[in-house]
Amino acid sequence: MIFARRVLAIAWKDLVAEWRDRESITAMCFFAFLVLFLFNFALGGDQALIRGASSGLLWLAFAFTAVLGLARSIQGELANDCLDGLLLYPAEREAIFLGKLCSSFSVILLVELFSFPIFAVLYNMDIWSQFPKLLLITVPATLGFATAGTLLATMTVGLRAREAMLPFLLFPLTIPLLLSAVRGTEVVLRGEAFELAMPWLKLMAAFDVLFLVGSLLTFELLIEE
Amino acid sequence: MIGRGVERAMGIATVIGLAVGLYSACVYAPADAVQGESQRLMYLHVPLILISYLAFFVVFVASILYLWRRRRQYDAIAQSSAEVAVLFTALSIAVGSIWGRPTWGTWWTWDARLTTTAILLLVFVGYLMLRALVDDPSRGGTFCAVLGILGFLDIPIIHMSVVWWRTLHQPASILRPGPSTVALDMQVALYANLVAFGLLYVYLLIKRLQIEGARDELLRLQMELLG
Repeated sequence: MIFARRVLAIAWKDLVAEWRDRESITAMCFFAFLVLFLFNFALGGDQALIRGASSGLLWLAFAFTAVLGLARSIQGELANDCLDGLLLYPAEREAIFLGKLCSSFSVILLVELFSFPIFAVLYNMDIWSQFPKLLLITVPATLGFATAGTLLATMTVGLRAREAMLPFLLFPLTIPLLLSAVRGTEVVLRGEAFELAMPWLKLMAAFDVLFLVGSLLTFELLIEE
Repeated sequence: MIGRGVERAMGIATVIGLAVGLYSACVYAPADAVQGESQRLMYLHVPLILISYLAFFVVFVASILYLWRRRRQYDAIAQSSAEVAVLFTALSIAVGSIWGRPTWGTWWTWDARLTTTAILLLVFVGYLMLRALVDDPSRGGTFCAVLGILGFLDIPIIHMSVVWWRTLHQPASILRPGPSTVALDMQVALYANLVAFGLLYVYLLIKRLQIEGARDELLRLQMELLG
């Protein structure tokens, strides 16, 4: 119980800080919108082509946007020695990781929820009738991105080339998530039987479990260094 | 860490092994009935990739041992093995690409195994970059150990996703390399090369560990001088 409250306290602190300046979420929403908008020109405005590629486009936009948010989430702790303050907080290191994960996950999910209607309007997609199924795909994929991203952002935060290194480490590792999310979304958007998405959901669950357990076991070592 | 005598013996064994491997691949083994001479690239391609899988496994085990025991040696082994593994994987992909051009008619195809290997290479190039960018060696060691373990465990998931992606999405590729049954002469040549590249791996690992040892020694001396 106490553990859960500590996790929530850290997540809450991050979300309040985010709400007060809204810097990262504004940048992410605008970036996601821009990527979705620009894809139209990349594909030459061919509606059939865009429809075929739509779930891939959507998830590429999400992946790029997520990296933006993940880098900032840990980055914010560097200013004014906030990280040292955070480490003095009398909680297990796992609680700090989970708190950070919760806040990053919520922010990314929020940006995704903001992007869905834009996507639906721009590309004339009917996503509302399928929305619960779409969420079933989106949540585990976002959780995996946020978990792996929080862990890797902790490693890259002090580096000179952090802006380049985080995506360079994150994208190859999260290819299973990207593939699963794209295929799952495709199944949903085309109105195919949802059973077709089941193997992809299981794969995402395996990825999430691996990175959650791995992060919880090793986060203490990373943050102590 | 490792004696000069062992290193020299390994060096000589490697040279002999590579010479025997080269002879068995280019002279002893017959040319392939269908593919002709280009099939001889297999004797380079297959041992390289198999030894690199072994090297990645060494990275995985050494990383776990490093996080567990916190001894510098394990970190040095993981780093050295990762460098050799990346080199061998890159070479194997390059050789495979050159072999694929006359055989499959293409330099590259998004075949499941090819794609997984390329992703594996990307993950561990990231590993080496992370190592190079972190200034503090102890931090770099810990970061890379975590990345090495998670990266290795992620490979089965990546492979599954790629296999499903290919099979669920479009019919299986018609491109299948090599003959289904390998003639005895070819097997001998293949194993000879496998042993040769195994020796080369161990030799390079020893060399790399010596550099790492020298670097530590230098650092220690510098600290001593500066007080």
